[in-house]
Amino acid sequence: MIRVVLPAHLRTLAGIGSGDVLLEVQGEATLRSVLDALEARYPTLRGTIRDHVTLKRRAFIRFFACEEDLSHDSPDAPLPPAVSRGAEPVYVVGAIAGG
Amino acid sequence: MANVRVLVGTRKGAFILTSDGKREKWEVSGPHFAGWEIYHLKGSPVDPDRLYASQSSGWFGQVIQRSNDGGKTWEAVGNKFVYDGVPGTHQWYDGTPHPWEFKRVWHLEPSLSDPDTVYAGVEDAAIFRTTDGGQSWHELSGLREHGSGSKWTPGAGGLCLHTILIDPKNHARMFIAISAAGAFRSDDGAKTWTAINRGLRSQHIPDPDAEVGHCVHRLAMHPSRPDVLFMQKHWDVMRTTNAGGSWTEVSGNLPTDFGFVIDVHAHEPDTIYVVPIKSDSEHYPPDGKLRVYRSRTGGNEWEPLTNGLPQHDCYVNVLRDAMGVDSLDTCGIYFGTTGGQVYVSPDAGNTWKPIVRDLPAVVSVEVQTL
Repeated sequence: MIRVVLPAHLRTLAGIGSGDVLLEVQGEATLRSVLDALEARYPTLRGTIRDHVTLKRRAFIRFFACEEDLSHDSPDAPLPPAVSRGAEPVYVVGAIAGG
Repeated sequence: MANVRVLVGTRKGAFILTSDGKREKWEVSGPHFAGWEIYHLKGSPVDPDRLYASQSSGWFGQVIQRSNDGGKTWEAVGNKFVYDGVPGTHQWYDGTPHPWEFKRVWHLEPSLSDPDTVYAGVEDAAIFRTTDGGQSWHELSGLREHGSGSKWTPGAGGLCLHTILIDPKNHARMFIAISAAGAFRSDDGAKTWTAINRGLRSQHIPDPDAEVGHCVHRLAMHPSRPDVLFMQKHWDVMRTTNAGGSWTEVSGNLPTDFGFVIDVHAHEPDTIYVVPIKSDSEHYPPDGKLRVYRSRTGGNEWEPLTNGLPQHDCYVNVLRDAMGVDSLDTCGIYFGTTGGQVYVSPDAGNTWKPIVRDLPAVVSVEVQTL
């Protein structure tokens, strides 16, 4: 199981209660496979984290895990082992940009 | 007695204000979609409980919400807005080419005949349509491919398509407006478009009476006379009597002809309303006095309406989609401010009072007479 922590606005939009989202991911856990699984479970999140067509990360979204910034890593890079075994979550974070 | 429902979009959520025909006591529902920018909400004329809302965020992009019960409950529907083909470039503020990029939906205009059909005016400027209740959206690219698109330039708010008017006597005829490109008309159901800017003059473009490049802030139409349109341009209040074939300035005795909103009385097609704003660099009312101006002659002759509005130390703005009217016997006029007030006049502008005073900055106001 992969654990994903979402910002409050996206939890509200998708109707997710408090706590981590737990996802089954087929094959190797990467940002792409985790986001694919997330969007398959919660289709209303499509377009809110990454672009519908290019699948690029939206400009004010960042991805953290294991105290590292994964935002600029390849979406196909393997996630840290602690994430893959469910010990640590992937954080989807809205950048600090005021508002 | 008929009821009134006012749909208010703000910088931090949507609010729904309801009252009976007296328009004295109001119930306030919201914030809906708390924390998100709600550029616009609007109900279907065919099914008034079918509402659509544009919900957006700099972080999370665009979401479209739909309600089937007058705003009690909502469902997120499709949010995939993809331009048809390769959209090319428009002009950036400095005149250089800039790629077309979807940013948000500014305005949702439900069809006059089908609650599942809605037009969306977006930034960067284009018009989209859904025919399945918002599940899927498709660009009507004849507008963007009008041939002048490479000359369109964003205004301070972005390159936004903010006004969509459908001719109630001929649904294939539509009018739209873009800041800063101008007004356009389609006579074939939004397939092809004609620029309708003859008579406009704008000093911010090299050729002041060019075909496109004008910063039109808002268009308004009375349903009984769809060939007559009123326009609040960046500067200048304008009128056409031939569906945009030519425009005449009707600013008359206004204290300033800069502003954003313009609207028409529900029962008097020559009675129109604007809120003069001091200038494009000072987005607040002249002299700190919030005044609606009414013309009963289709422009040129204007009277200030002040009873109940703050007449000192008021420095709010009234944005382009933030005025509406009801269609009760004594027409109600409504507008919202960037200071979070929504005002109502239940007597066509003679007297005003705030329905709410402390909402987030108001972006849009739509009124339903139920």
